[in-house]
Amino acid sequence: MSNQTGLDAIIIGGGLQGCSVAIHLAHQNKRVVLLEKDTCGKHASGATAGGLRCLNRAPEEIPLSLAAKTMWGEIEKLVDSNCGFRPTDQIRIAGTQEDLNLLEARRERVCAMGYNHEELIGAEELRRLVPAIGSNGIGGLICRGDGYADPGLTCQAFQVKALRLGVTIHQQTKVLALEKGSEDWIVSTQNKQFSAPIIVNCAGAWGDEIAAMVGDHVDLKKEALAMMVTSRYRHFIDPVIGHASRKLSFKQMENGTLVIGGALRGILLEKEERTLIDWPQMRESAETVRSVFPFLADLHIVRAWGGIEGMTPDRLPIIDSGKHASGVFHAFGFSAHGYQLVPIVGKVVTDLICSGRSDFDLEAFRIDRFEKEISS
Amino acid sequence: MKNLYDLIIIGTGPAGMAAAVTARNFGLSTLVVDEQRDLGGQIYHSLENARPENTFALGTDYFYGESLIRSFRKSGAEYLPETMVWNLDENHNIGILREGKAYQLKTKHLLIAAGAMERPVPIPGWTLPGVMGAAAADILFKVNDMVPEEPVVLAGSGPLFLLVACRLIDNGVKIAAMVDTTRFGSYLKSLPYFPQALRVASYLGKGLSMRWKIQKGDFPIFQSADNLAIYGADSAEEIHFTSLGRKRKIHAKSFLLHDGVVPNIQFTRLLECEHQWYERQRYWKPVLDDWGNTSVNGVSVAGDCGGIWGAKAAEHAGRLAAIDIVYKQGGLSAEEKILAADPLIKKLGREKLIRPFLDQLFPPSCHALVPSSDETLVCRCEEITAGQIREAVSLGAISPGQVKSYTRCGMGPCQSRMCGLPLAEIIADSRQVPTPTVGHLKIRPPLKPITIGQLADLELLK
Repeated sequence: MSNQTGLDAIIIGGGLQGCSVAIHLAHQNKRVVLLEKDTCGKHASGATAGGLRCLNRAPEEIPLSLAAKTMWGEIEKLVDSNCGFRPTDQIRIAGTQEDLNLLEARRERVCAMGYNHEELIGAEELRRLVPAIGSNGIGGLICRGDGYADPGLTCQAFQVKALRLGVTIHQQTKVLALEKGSEDWIVSTQNKQFSAPIIVNCAGAWGDEIAAMVGDHVDLKKEALAMMVTSRYRHFIDPVIGHASRKLSFKQMENGTLVIGGALRGILLEKEERTLIDWPQMRESAETVRSVFPFLADLHIVRAWGGIEGMTPDRLPIIDSGKHASGVFHAFGFSAHGYQLVPIVGKVVTDLICSGRSDFDLEAFRIDRFEKEISS
Repeated sequence: MKNLYDLIIIGTGPAGMAAAVTARNFGLSTLVVDEQRDLGGQIYHSLENARPENTFALGTDYFYGESLIRSFRKSGAEYLPETMVWNLDENHNIGILREGKAYQLKTKHLLIAAGAMERPVPIPGWTLPGVMGAAAADILFKVNDMVPEEPVVLAGSGPLFLLVACRLIDNGVKIAAMVDTTRFGSYLKSLPYFPQALRVASYLGKGLSMRWKIQKGDFPIFQSADNLAIYGADSAEEIHFTSLGRKRKIHAKSFLLHDGVVPNIQFTRLLECEHQWYERQRYWKPVLDDWGNTSVNGVSVAGDCGGIWGAKAAEHAGRLAAIDIVYKQGGLSAEEKILAADPLIKKLGREKLIRPFLDQLFPPSCHALVPSSDETLVCRCEEITAGQIREAVSLGAISPGQVKSYTRCGMGPCQSRMCGLPLAEIIADSRQVPTPTVGHLKIRPPLKPITIGQLADLELLK
């Protein structure tokens, strides 16, 4: 079996995080190979609904998310494409006073931490931003300048940019084993071996399997996330809409289609790496949409789909160096909200690799945080 | 409607009707759904309402379906016309839409008898008004007694192509030209299968008599035609092509294209049944055992959606599939099953004799597989051209799924029914790899659109 040497880093996983790391590493003149077991962006990256939000982030993620927001604003600089990015605001709508109380409590918590990117708005401002809401919303929590991008275009742009920067991408190439040689890691795939001093694990929902190969153990759970898209409709809404107490994520894309998601679960067939749509659950989502925007009742649902995502126990990602072997870095387990973080994750991991440190506090994203919980 | 059936059948063509009759003979509770208003599938479409004055034009093969339809009507199978199947899953849930209301039902066994569809022919101008599939035009005649606007150009090849031509001639429709894309080389390649085909001489006789009728027609016939393209401002006006080395142009009002039929695999793809590539006709079909069972437990296929064998083969396959389903549900012993199946297996084998000859004689034409011009539209729903697909491949996309994500090709409401085959062919051609290796597009439910309101009111029959 041939062995490719002379590399600086091998990235495992061709989703958006892997491609982002590849791009940032290539900018540091690293010779990079990226290995993808299926095709780039096939799972969570390609199946995401495409929302970009700082709104309602876990406190630990807020600094990363704000930095990512700035990077999305100039995403063209990074990947030569705007990725369909639209900074149209994200709003969580309150339908009742209880909803509003929830949002107020959230706003206070974030303020107390010194952030002011989330802002409470009243019924009047909500109606100005979302005229179609009528009397179905009495206020909301907004993050201005959040928005959405086109996941298909994003996957394409990140993959193409990595290729242009000289990254070699091997698709349909599954990593079978990782072994530490005298200096380099040796990565075995079905038809070839690769050697490099650095391994980056961006294997998404399969990140735990790669981590286990280097002695790091994480309880990652695969889940199927589902969403649906409608046929085109006249332009009627700009912001991405969520709801304070109901499962809803709702946006109108530039081409007029509506993407409906919001933590909807599909049925996962883990062995076969497939997802099925759970229609009774989609029915609830359709009911929510209809109750908020009754005039959409006759709009056609064209397609529903699911993607496989890796969920950590605390729903925070793992961004860390390996704890049991040197030269290993992890960035996976984004728990269904990694899309917005893509540009910054590549930078953070590259900083860790090149300088051994990051500008961000990554304590909450340690790979061994769950082990500690068990021992204490 | 009940909450649980022994058997649900999709389609009322010969396979679906025959299976329903057999299943009912053994007492299975059987529901048959079909999108159309009239039963009969494509081949016997609207036979119950056929006008006596059209008897000659429709021909004896069409009226052969009468007795099957009668038995089906008497069988006691519950039949829901104008019922759309929008979802299926391997847990045997079936989503249907009827009279504007969505339901989810359950069945012990599912039989897909969804027939065939015309192979899309993505040539320049194929989406212009005035261009349609020859088989689609034939359905318009069967259902509405309508004929295309005259004069008509027929362009393509295949048995159904000849049949439609003859029906137009019998109807006195003015034909401007017949543009036959059958290659001379195909006649040679089909020769080894000729002796086998001779054992079912009735089919050959039928083919020859159709040829003879066309040859006698008062219109020019262009042999071995290639490089087809249709032009027109607001609607199709003329067809350009080369025939025997000469460039030709023909004016007409209607242009009927046909390049054979392919299995309708939307249902089996949605269920992610195992499929195989059939190289001779360059299409995918589900992998089936002798009884029509797919790789998914409790899901069978009968008729042309499992591979193109024709109407009579479909009828036998439908009965065989039903016999196996009855056996699995305890209605027949193993011995009884073999005895009941034996004559059907023989008949089916006989019906299949002609097909290798036909498949060699009428392979899909090159222009129907990979459009030579970059401007040619491939995905009609999202208006994606062959050039855009090639560009996506040059950017690094290797599979139809990636090209879909790059370009939106196949994201429209037709669920890639039209663009799926050419998309894979173009990717394979650009990458210089065999077509089956690039894979296929995933079918996402709903198979056909339902509204937000219909989904919100979805009734679960449990």
